[in-house]
Amino acid sequence: MNMTITDLIPLSPLLVVTATVVLAMLGIAWRRSYSLTATITISGFLVATIVAALLLPETRQQVTPLMIVDSLSLLFTLTSCVAALFIAILAYPYLQELDDQREEYFLLLALATVGAVVMVSSNHFVTTVLGLETLSMSLYGMIAYPLHSQVAGKYPLEASVKYLVLSAAASAFILFGVALIYAATGTLTFASLQQGPDGVIAPLDPMFAVVALTMVAVGIGFKLSLAPFHLWTPDVYEGAPLPSTAYLATIGKAAMFVVLLRYVEASDALAYPAVLSLFTFIAILSMLAGNLLALMQDNLKRILAYSSIAHMGYLLVALIAGYYASGTLSVEAVLFYLLAYVVMTLGAFGVASVVSSSAKEFDVIHDYRGLFWREPWLAAIMTGMLLSLAGIPLTVGFIGKFYVFFAGVESGLWLLLAAMVIGSGIGLYYYLRIVYRMLMPEKDRDPFREGGVESLSSYGVLVLLFVMLILFGVYPTPLVTLIESTSAGL
Amino acid sequence: MILALLIAVLFVGGLLAWVSESLDPRFPRMVALITIVIDLLLMLSLLGAQEGVSPWLVSFETDWIPRFGISFFLAADGLSVLLLLLTAFLGIIAVGSAWNEINQRTGFFYFNLLWTLAGVLGVFTALDLFLFFFFWEVMLIPMYFIIAIWGHENRNYAAMKFFIFTQVSGLLMLVSILGLAYFHFLQFGSFSFNYQDLLAVDVSTGLSFWLMLGFFISFTTKLPSVPLHSWLPDAHSQAPTAGSVILAGILLKTGAYGLIRFAVPLFPEASMEFAPVAMTLAAISILYCAKVAFAQDDLKRLIAYTSVSHMGFVTLGIYAWNEQALQGAVMTMLAHGLSAAALFMLAGGLQHRIHTRKMSEMGGYWASVPRMSAVALFFSVAALGMPGLGNFIGEFLALLGAFQANVTVTVVSAFGLILASVYSLWVIQEVFHGELRADQQHSQGLKDLDNRELVYFAAMMLGLLWMGLYPQSFLSLSQMSLENLLADTGVAVQALVVAP
Repeated sequence: MNMTITDLIPLSPLLVVTATVVLAMLGIAWRRSYSLTATITISGFLVATIVAALLLPETRQQVTPLMIVDSLSLLFTLTSCVAALFIAILAYPYLQELDDQREEYFLLLALATVGAVVMVSSNHFVTTVLGLETLSMSLYGMIAYPLHSQVAGKYPLEASVKYLVLSAAASAFILFGVALIYAATGTLTFASLQQGPDGVIAPLDPMFAVVALTMVAVGIGFKLSLAPFHLWTPDVYEGAPLPSTAYLATIGKAAMFVVLLRYVEASDALAYPAVLSLFTFIAILSMLAGNLLALMQDNLKRILAYSSIAHMGYLLVALIAGYYASGTLSVEAVLFYLLAYVVMTLGAFGVASVVSSSAKEFDVIHDYRGLFWREPWLAAIMTGMLLSLAGIPLTVGFIGKFYVFFAGVESGLWLLLAAMVIGSGIGLYYYLRIVYRMLMPEKDRDPFREGGVESLSSYGVLVLLFVMLILFGVYPTPLVTLIESTSAGL
Repeated sequence: MILALLIAVLFVGGLLAWVSESLDPRFPRMVALITIVIDLLLMLSLLGAQEGVSPWLVSFETDWIPRFGISFFLAADGLSVLLLLLTAFLGIIAVGSAWNEINQRTGFFYFNLLWTLAGVLGVFTALDLFLFFFFWEVMLIPMYFIIAIWGHENRNYAAMKFFIFTQVSGLLMLVSILGLAYFHFLQFGSFSFNYQDLLAVDVSTGLSFWLMLGFFISFTTKLPSVPLHSWLPDAHSQAPTAGSVILAGILLKTGAYGLIRFAVPLFPEASMEFAPVAMTLAAISILYCAKVAFAQDDLKRLIAYTSVSHMGFVTLGIYAWNEQALQGAVMTMLAHGLSAAALFMLAGGLQHRIHTRKMSEMGGYWASVPRMSAVALFFSVAALGMPGLGNFIGEFLALLGAFQANVTVTVVSAFGLILASVYSLWVIQEVFHGELRADQQHSQGLKDLDNRELVYFAAMMLGLLWMGLYPQSFLSLSQMSLENLLADTGVAVQALVVAP
């Protein structure tokens, strides 16, 4: 199949991000300038965002068998680019005082985003794996970035190696599963389980399919840090520099979940009872384990790591609900919750990033003591993000949880709903613990926020996220309408 | 429109109060007072509204999330209006009780106070179940802040417990609400959260019990009723006085209101089958918490347990589900709102003066603070159900109605009145009678009530006397709404009574 210019137009967000990578690299080769590299990257994301937004209302196109550009992929291309833009703005002051080369961080950031955009546009295993590996490879670098710094106190190398090894293992699982599916069906498209190469139903042995799908599920479970494949999460979150953690937690997870959603929708994988029970088991375990383990933590990054495990569990509930129900409600629930999750997680890490610098990260919750009285706005934003993660009204997290509950009720998943209620109840405790720290009277001479660079634009990002959090929490109708049309096209 | 305005005024007033702190730390309390007074005046205009064809005196509806048939639907009938008035009245009292007690971060305090009240007004008027749940949760967060920031020594624990109990039980209600909305979808082809639409939904018998239970657990946690009451003593003893006033006076009533408005009418058959259990739980609440109250040394905990005990009469009245019993429940809600708020203010006032809540360290204050002691005696007597005061009317009617529904439980519950006399008088004896002991260092700074305090205690006394001597003015306001509710569920309930 030949590619034509008309094929390239739908891909333009991807091309813009790719061009950004090249430009940033050439820029660094020509002259090292921190602000120039950052500007190139940020404007590249901005252009990609605008292009994706312009394409969003119209474009529905399969570009070669490898990539699909529909409203779902464009919605998440948009989300990834906006999130990457925000992370780049947050990373700029964070890395400003790093005693090492700083420019390549933005290069890696843009490269990782290329991977994410490819992933959300793939309905073929080849592009999935390509995108996934591009994303992961860049993340290894981003996690280990302050490796040669004399002042950074964390363990970036440990985190990076841990992520490298487990991520590679996960990729191996996915590849093995994919290979089994290919062996049976002869095609690598997501719809392969339903259709053989000639459009006929493939005579796939159920046992064979279950093994293959389980392999894929295990690999994806690693990437999404679902229990019981979550063991790497807290260590990597804690050891990585904050912007990298934010990237991993938001774009990394969202892109992977979009792939999972597309795959489950296209292949009807949950029709196999064994796969369905596996997913149910993983969801329940994630919701309970994630929330329970977060109770014991004193480190903000670790708490958010465990809480992300639980949130992925909530998302799985909506995904599983999609199998039972005929409407699009569950897909909408997944998409809405995923967007809400990106906003609130980015906000929470953003606040931590604003008060930290590459030399000193303030990530123990005790550091936040009295923040309400020292910096009321920052504390208000953090409180909003945490309450949203807990699913309290007025925030987008509540609407997301409402969606997931509704999807669950529609499909009558009482067991999963019970686990979700219990998990949310436990979750309240550790979110409120952080809120309470911020409410406590401030102590004199806290060594909080020493050093580091203040940047007005990072505050702008936080305010923007906060506005989204409240706006879509109080009046979600525009977003609901957008997502409704998106999932109708799936 | 006026209902949306009532809520909006409080939200805006809250923001203004917060902002005004930067000008002068005394401004927020004035802003708060003015805001609530404006609200109260607006509410009084509702009293003149004529009942039209629809069951609501006033209503306001506009689209919110059309995807799910969720609308911004506020409406009020006589029952809601009574509770709205109670909310505004106690709101003013709460501002009064915080007037001098809260002197740190005043702006944020009154912000939280007003937003809690706004959430409560929303709960009493929302008739879209999603909107109702929204307000139900919105009132929690500011209350959490009030307890967690301005509370006493163990505030973190108390605030956390309060939040988790109400939030988790709230999620169960959310599942029930969604279940109802889904059944509406199955039967009518569209999602709806509108109260009137959902009343028409016919849920299959097996599931309706579970959905009803979701509502019941959520509302009886807030009420609270045994066995879900354990957050209340902690929250009350740790909250600042104004927080206790709001909590005991208003927040608990949202649970009772929810039972009357939603839990029973939405699931009449399931509720009536469940009534013996609910009434038994009510009787246990009445007797057990009265007994536990007697064992407390902490004055605020004692009053908190008596609250649980009195709320038992409300549950009893609601699940008897006849007009007398419901009128009794509503009167108890109003009267207990005033009497409990007043008692908490007295306890808070004592703590503010002598820095302890322990009754074992008090005694013989009548001689030094005669006005306070007399006021305390009045409200204790009101709480124990003295004829002539509002609480008597409420509990008497509740028992009278409940007697027609379930004789055994009612007879047992009636013993609660005796226990109430025991603990109420015991408090007076321990704290105000006896001799002023020489070793009481706390008592040095004890001052009698000042004029400001006397004014709002007098207002509450007048309210209780009015309820006690001329209850008809309250009963006639709620009568129409209660008759409507009974008529809606009547068919179902009668069918159930005839069946055996």
